[in-house]
Amino acid sequence: MTGEQIIFLVVAFVTLFAGLMVVTARNLVHAALWLVAALFGVAVTYALLHANFLAVVQVVVYIGAIAILFIFAVMLTRKDMRDQGPQMNKNWWLGAALAVLTFGGLYLMLQGWSGMSRTAAVYPSGFDAVAELGNELVSPAGYVLPFEVASVLLVAALVGAVYVAFNRK
Amino acid sequence: MVPLSWYLIFAAALFSIGMFGVLSRRNAIAILLGVELMLNAVNINLAAFWRYGNVLHMAGQVFAVIVFAVAAAEVAVGLALVISVYRRRNTVIADEIDLMKW
Repeated sequence: MTGEQIIFLVVAFVTLFAGLMVVTARNLVHAALWLVAALFGVAVTYALLHANFLAVVQVVVYIGAIAILFIFAVMLTRKDMRDQGPQMNKNWWLGAALAVLTFGGLYLMLQGWSGMSRTAAVYPSGFDAVAELGNELVSPAGYVLPFEVASVLLVAALVGAVYVAFNRK
Repeated sequence: MVPLSWYLIFAAALFSIGMFGVLSRRNAIAILLGVELMLNAVNINLAAFWRYGNVLHMAGQVFAVIVFAVAAAEVAVGLALVISVYRRRNTVIADEIDLMKW
């Protein structure tokens, strides 16, 4: 077992444990903080995959913005559900069964796929993935259209969020 | 070297955990937390397939960046909706939010 495999296993188990705590924690603030741990584990996974840009964006956007937004939302709406009463609905066992079934199905499907045990080619030395990603995102032959659509989506979401949450008094 | 299967199984497990959260939590914000876990699992798959396929083709990473943008938009609108509903109905429990107009 190489060092990389050990790092991957540790990160994967920590991330999965944090994910389990996100969906089972009674206190929603704790759930949001466990989400930060899970997101950080995913960022480490990106780093292991040589996706450096994604790792940085994961920390800045997901942990820095989205998780903090969650914590604010939890604190703004905490009054009525404050850790008392059940946090799961009464069909939670059905959800658990469906989740286990989904995992089993995905696992079986992956086992039947021939590319499963593929190992990565050696990362080409001198290849600047970040520069290449930047070029692809803005070149007309690449992905400039999805990029622009994503920016329009973000503006629409910004305006929509402000409109929906605006307090008309 | 880590084989591709480990990443895929890890992502499948994270996706299933997120799905459990979406299906069984009562709090609307907790449901959104589950959705975030599911989106992250998909992103791991995209990055893994980029790394284990042809590294010179950036499609996997580009797709992951788009998923980041969609996730940010989804959270902003979703939490705005939850806060708006909380102001009007004083509840964040998904079971009780079953009217289109009050």
